[in-house]
Amino acid sequence: MAASGAPAIVLRGINKHFGPVHANREVSLTVPAGTIHGIVGENGAGKSTLMSILYGFYQADSGEIEVAGEARRIASPEDAIKAGIGMVHQHFMLVDVFTVLENILLGAEGGPLLAGGLAAARAEVERLERDYGLEVDPDAVVGELPVGLRQRVELLKALYRGAGILILDEPTGVLTPQEADRLFEILRSMRERGVTIILITHKLREIMAITDNVSVMRAGEIVAERATAETTREELAELMVGRPVLLRVEKTAARPAEVVLQARDLTVIDDKGVVRVDHVDFTLRAGEIVGIAGVSGNGQSELLEALSGIRPLDGGELVVHGTTITPERPRDAHHMRALNLAHVPEDRQRMGLVPAFQAWESAILGYQDDPQYTGPVFLKIGAIVGDTTAKMARFDVRPAEPLLGSANFSGGNQQKLVLAREIERQPEILLVGQPTRGVDIGAIEFIHRRLIEMRDGCCGVLLVSVELDEILSLSDRILVMFEGRIVGEVPGAEADARTIGLMMANAMPDEATVAADG
Amino acid sequence: MASTTAKLPVWADVVLLPLINVALAFLVSGLLIAALGQDPFEATWILVRGAFGYEESLGYTFYYTTNFIFTGLAVAVAFHAMLFNIGGEGQAYIGGLGVGLACLALDQSLPFILLLPICIVGAALFGAAWAFIPAYLQAKRGSHIVITTIMFNFIAASVMVYLLANVLIKPGQMSPESREFASNAWLPFMHEALAWFGIEVARSPLNLSLVWALICCVGVWALIWHTRWGYEIRSVGSNVDAAVYAGIAPARIIIIAMCLSGGLAGFVGINEIIGVQHRLLLDFSAGYGFTGIAVSLMGRNHPVGIVLASLLFGALYQGGAELSFENPAFTPDLVVVIQGLVVLFSGALSYMLRPTLERLFQRFAAPALVEA
Repeated sequence: MAASGAPAIVLRGINKHFGPVHANREVSLTVPAGTIHGIVGENGAGKSTLMSILYGFYQADSGEIEVAGEARRIASPEDAIKAGIGMVHQHFMLVDVFTVLENILLGAEGGPLLAGGLAAARAEVERLERDYGLEVDPDAVVGELPVGLRQRVELLKALYRGAGILILDEPTGVLTPQEADRLFEILRSMRERGVTIILITHKLREIMAITDNVSVMRAGEIVAERATAETTREELAELMVGRPVLLRVEKTAARPAEVVLQARDLTVIDDKGVVRVDHVDFTLRAGEIVGIAGVSGNGQSELLEALSGIRPLDGGELVVHGTTITPERPRDAHHMRALNLAHVPEDRQRMGLVPAFQAWESAILGYQDDPQYTGPVFLKIGAIVGDTTAKMARFDVRPAEPLLGSANFSGGNQQKLVLAREIERQPEILLVGQPTRGVDIGAIEFIHRRLIEMRDGCCGVLLVSVELDEILSLSDRILVMFEGRIVGEVPGAEADARTIGLMMANAMPDEATVAADG
Repeated sequence: MASTTAKLPVWADVVLLPLINVALAFLVSGLLIAALGQDPFEATWILVRGAFGYEESLGYTFYYTTNFIFTGLAVAVAFHAMLFNIGGEGQAYIGGLGVGLACLALDQSLPFILLLPICIVGAALFGAAWAFIPAYLQAKRGSHIVITTIMFNFIAASVMVYLLANVLIKPGQMSPESREFASNAWLPFMHEALAWFGIEVARSPLNLSLVWALICCVGVWALIWHTRWGYEIRSVGSNVDAAVYAGIAPARIIIIAMCLSGGLAGFVGINEIIGVQHRLLLDFSAGYGFTGIAVSLMGRNHPVGIVLASLLFGALYQGGAELSFENPAFTPDLVVVIQGLVVLFSGALSYMLRPTLERLFQRFAAPALVEA
């Protein structure tokens, strides 16, 4: 900040290749000091690569980096930290069993003995918390903090290391709308104190709400730069995808038919003995989309896993097609599939596919026993590859190469592969978790249309998503989960983000004024 | 993780890297030999000639290779389910017990053609049973497979000493060995088998077990990559959550993979007991189970790689024996050191040079790839 007037970051002619892929092509970017700069782009557009180059995870093949007016060579995250650049990752890099203070100190202990460093750190952290409004108890154990507070710990970590430039990668993915608003306040107060912030996001609403300038990336290039005040969501979406995009899903009114899935008093307890799903009752009918809204970690994941047979029930019962599943009569995922229930899991990398498998192998996951895919002994590899190729064509999976490793597809294409696998079975019940997490706008549109089509084809769709916009635009009925319980049900047509947001924080409308002020 | 595998071309990963590792092991061995005042080039020459130079030596090399194929495959199958089976030694030992018991019980009454399948089944069953207990403990109780399989090696050794010293010993002799089996239990030697076709080769312990080992290679290849059981094993091995999601029970797969692994290790008993020794005795597993770990690591858990790595270790065993025979300065201990260095570099340190190689490839090969 000493070189007054010099931009915080200047990138010139950055190129980066991964094998034959040109991930960054002649990227030039100027971020004025003390501004919030948004970078938007579809998955695989190269925005994460660009930020990884800036933070020293990768080396550019060519190009220059200037930080605060000085040419820098950033070969590692240490170099980036020395240059005053901090990064908050989408997935937090925290040690759960350490306290907040210990986490902040990690890597900056300042000597072999912790005591001195801890005392000095405490004073500094308390100053930072005051200055930036980042309240969090320094002695709390990180694993016990809600996500919103963990994110503050990440911010504190970066500030503690003297970062004057912060890169935030999809920071609101795990937050409630209220928590996100709170984060934006913090970011604004940081900007006032001269911190430069680069925000990577795919949520255009956030770009509009908080950034000063925005750069749009497509296919490795920066295709547009705008002052936020002079652009619109529609324009940005079109620039990202390269064609006009429908941001709102068009659908007709639902025609719910018979009940296909009924949960009564459903209870799930996790390995640590914590009640994750707490006496939940609901029904799902054919021909409707029921959305489950909630802040990540309020039992939605466990509910999905219990419904799909991955996790055993600890109480209550589940009726699917006249089959009753109770803790005494459990059914595993294999049996649930046999009941014509398909499941698009929340985390495709962890559960939806096997990254080490080729695409055709991931494309039969869960159906590997189907006579269509296997003989008495050998897999019908030719048939599976053909089938996968056809699915890839119908779901526009790119590249349409069934022999490519599952991990080599972008997030959106992995998701389309998983959706193709589950949807093409023509299930009567479709459980969908986070269908568009980390998926680019073009693919979101496609995925949403497919889900509506499934509904119109008389499938009962249960949608779990932390994207409130997604829940609002797709659901015919919305259930809100908080701490394992269903705390409210709202017809889709009557729902609005504010009410649902307050329900998600378990601050019901009558207490809303108090919660909003506090 | 994905990016680390994508950085190296496949050929560099599966061919170049192992070759560099072996070369390094030989380099260090050479320095060691030079430090002892001997000529490393002469030693290398003796070793290579001792392993491949004449018919008899080739026979010995292939005979050792056979054992390494079995134990290497055993480690590989478990590894595809992400299980580190350190118990190949004990499973091979107990597999041999299965073969021996079958022969002692039936060699008077059954012809070879019926006895052989029983021996094969006996080796597999006993080896599998020895692997089943650690597998069960891992699957149902979470006891770590590395710890339990190591323990089971010791238990196997003690059981064999007890049985041979007290139960199976031929009455009236001092050494803890069973009686010799009747000759209808003997698996033909390769020189005998080839003689049926009029091909004369020198006598060696090499026997038809090699054919069975190669059949097992094809079987493992087909199982792992072309059947749904292999599919399920690999699912559990590389992403347990996805496997559970797919309705696969990891506990079942752990037990199946370990039993297959134990069964394969047990086939060492075929080569040793009815192939060479024709009696049950102590210590015939001779470290093959442990070396199998290095074989599998070096062979990248693929049957083709395992055959090549087995050949290398077979050559080292045979060439090393020749080395200490030809020149008393190369004591058997030194040969063990050389073998140990190869195990160290191609097994334990197999990924040591990988980052360096990746950097070299990024610098020199990657731009060329892009231009192409």
